[in-house]
Amino acid sequence: MTIEPGVRPLLSTRAVAKSFGNVIALRSVELDVAPGEIHALLGANGAGKSTLVKILSGVYQADAGDVEVEGESVRLSTPAAAVAAGLATVFQDPALIPDLTVGQNLRLTGIDEGEVRVWLERMDGASLDFGALIRELPLPLLRLLDLARALALEPSLLMLDEITAALPADQAEHVFTVMEEWRSRGNSVLFITHRLGEVMRMCDRATVLRDGRTVASVAPQEVGESGLVEAMLGEVVHGEPGAVRTARAGVGQVLLEAVDIGSGDKVNGVSFRLHAGEVLGLAALEGQGQDRLFEVLAGDRRPDRGEILVKGASLRARSPYDAVARGVVLVPPDRLLALLPQRSVRENLGLPLYDRIRRWFSVARDEKEKVADAIDRLSIDTRAARQAGRLSGGNQQKVVLGRWLTAGFQVLLCFDPTRGIDVRTKAQIYGLIRELAADGAAVLLYTSELAEIPLVCDRVQVLYRGSIVDEQPAESATEESLLTAAHGIRSEEVA
Amino acid sequence: MTISNAPMIEMEVLPDSKWRTALRDHPLLVLGIVLIALVIATAIIEPRYLGVSGLRNTVLIAAPLGIMAAAQTILMLTGGIDLSVGMIATAAAYVAGNQSPNGAAIAIVLGLLVGVVAGSVNGVGVGLFRVNPLIMTLAMSAILLGLFTALSFTVLQGSTTVAQFIKTIGGGSFLGNRIPYNALVWAAVSVLIIYGLRRTGLGRLLYAVGDNPIAVRLAGIRIWQVQIAAYAIAGLLAALAGILLAGRTGAVDLQLAVNFLLPSVAAAVIGGTSIFGGIGSYSGTILGALILGVLTTMLTFLDAGQAIQQIVYGGIVLGLAWLYARVTGTS
Repeated sequence: MTIEPGVRPLLSTRAVAKSFGNVIALRSVELDVAPGEIHALLGANGAGKSTLVKILSGVYQADAGDVEVEGESVRLSTPAAAVAAGLATVFQDPALIPDLTVGQNLRLTGIDEGEVRVWLERMDGASLDFGALIRELPLPLLRLLDLARALALEPSLLMLDEITAALPADQAEHVFTVMEEWRSRGNSVLFITHRLGEVMRMCDRATVLRDGRTVASVAPQEVGESGLVEAMLGEVVHGEPGAVRTARAGVGQVLLEAVDIGSGDKVNGVSFRLHAGEVLGLAALEGQGQDRLFEVLAGDRRPDRGEILVKGASLRARSPYDAVARGVVLVPPDRLLALLPQRSVRENLGLPLYDRIRRWFSVARDEKEKVADAIDRLSIDTRAARQAGRLSGGNQQKVVLGRWLTAGFQVLLCFDPTRGIDVRTKAQIYGLIRELAADGAAVLLYTSELAEIPLVCDRVQVLYRGSIVDEQPAESATEESLLTAAHGIRSEEVA
Repeated sequence: MTISNAPMIEMEVLPDSKWRTALRDHPLLVLGIVLIALVIATAIIEPRYLGVSGLRNTVLIAAPLGIMAAAQTILMLTGGIDLSVGMIATAAAYVAGNQSPNGAAIAIVLGLLVGVVAGSVNGVGVGLFRVNPLIMTLAMSAILLGLFTALSFTVLQGSTTVAQFIKTIGGGSFLGNRIPYNALVWAAVSVLIIYGLRRTGLGRLLYAVGDNPIAVRLAGIRIWQVQIAAYAIAGLLAALAGILLAGRTGAVDLQLAVNFLLPSVAAAVIGGTSIFGGIGSYSGTILGALILGVLTTMLTFLDAGQAIQQIVYGGIVLGLAWLYARVTGTS
């Protein structure tokens, strides 16, 4: 469905494309936002939503394509140019300086405080003290402040990048009210969210991105939530399914148990049991607390509530050292967090061998052997072995994973280990994960690529707003069933 | 099985001059050539330099500097720095001088102890209390100066000349006056440090902490332990350098090694150790210390005073830091 003929779109993009180095973020985006509508921008993780918003707000420059506002081609070379063109954005992360007060932040951007106050009052945020330091304010209030600030710019198009993700329900309602008011004044809103319920309720139309391309432009009420999910997924194309599960090993004892873990407002009472020989998948949309959950499990942060048990004994880690010492190891979300980029592959792989002072006085006798083993098992390309930072992304990830092969472990916490990795390497990594489980390790695997869960996992749990909301056997889990659950929709509702 | 993989993080592509390629692939060779060129230049200025005493004097100057630069190298590898090396060396020498009447052994042990204690305190501050290394060691330097100024009027009143044994190892030579004893000490220290950095777990960790502390932490290593060890070793080395220096001058005062701070950083930087951590070697630092030793001699022959020397050191550090940044493509 396109905009009705005769209506000139407020904003339209034609074939907008953007790459970062080798990574293509946007291939070809066509977006038409009519005046006076709330328009949803949808897509799975990594589909390119945030990149598009950053282009439209002058943060990034498109490599190719055209952006038109009210029929005029515009060059959004700076954020100021975007504001001048009538486009204002509330980004995923608050764009406020933590060490300044609210008032100072507003003055810095030359925004009328009175106007901001008016909008805040409408969103029930009148109590905000403009003399308070940003760092002392709660995140939801900052989201509202960001929104009020954007509104004070009186944009003809207001862009909201996952503004409701960090908001409790009552505050989200205030945002919806303001969105509706903005529409009633003849302005438009571009609304990004992972919550399809909000799209159904609030949005007049929706544009769906997949893999950097516009794949649909529809009226949500006409296609329904399932139609939106389908558009986001498209036809599911698997690469070589090299990591097909081997015959299920008998599931062993409970190696890791989480009992009602809570951390801030990010993780709210997560419990699960992870058995020897098992790969437990974790599916979630972005920002559902998975980052924090892994941090807590890996000993990088203490939980506020609940308990972690390793083989039945409580683990109260003060640092990752305590977790590693008990055999709980992490492959973190960003491989650059775990890599020693300037050191050799050997030093990278051998790193955990020196965790005790008594091992400091020589190089471990079996280091060479263990390192060679890991290189062999993961088929790490060692042509650039002198500097791990010069390896390809896939090989870097193998090095990060291989480190734990040299050191030994019992529970492997894998956070999105195949993000941005080619199909073949993916298959190798998943093959290894299955092998490790077959050898008796327990693996907790979070992946943003839902299609891969049935390939590697035995069970899958779904995390939504910091709680486990669903569990499915991995064999029968589909992208659709997982995505549905990950949006906080119960499966019966869709069926 | 091999998989073809284009390197993800490419070096910044610069038009490669021969020099740049050479410096990147064989940094020690290039430094060696620079050293020889400097020796020749000095010999042209003053032909007697190539005689026995000329070269000996260069080594005599370079040895304590090289040992102090070892302290600096170790800390720079971890991404830290020690601004208190000069003052720790001075304090250790002062104690060694004061204790000299009790015999050289006690004097040396107590002097080294001062270094280990001061270094450990630095390490605790940086490792456990997360104080920025610049602040921690700058404060340590000020505290030591104040402390020893006060003590010199009270407890440490007395001997300011050092025991004969210390004078011998710090300033004496053997083999017909050709080889200074402090060069022997330096050689022993060098072997230990080069071996330690390459072939021990602690050596691996020093590089790793400087390269990516988050990764080291996630690998289950307690970084504070590594940092305390590094700063304690640095303190010990600075103290040793101070005692050798005291032996060379024969007497101690509270200004003894203060001017060595910049050269100690300079020697490490010239040798290719990155102030951002993770990259470098002690072999490079040795050449750096020798280069500075020859340079000092040359400037002396040219009758340039302390002021000129400081300017030259500063200029060299800046120039080389720039050069290495260009060569390695890091900023």
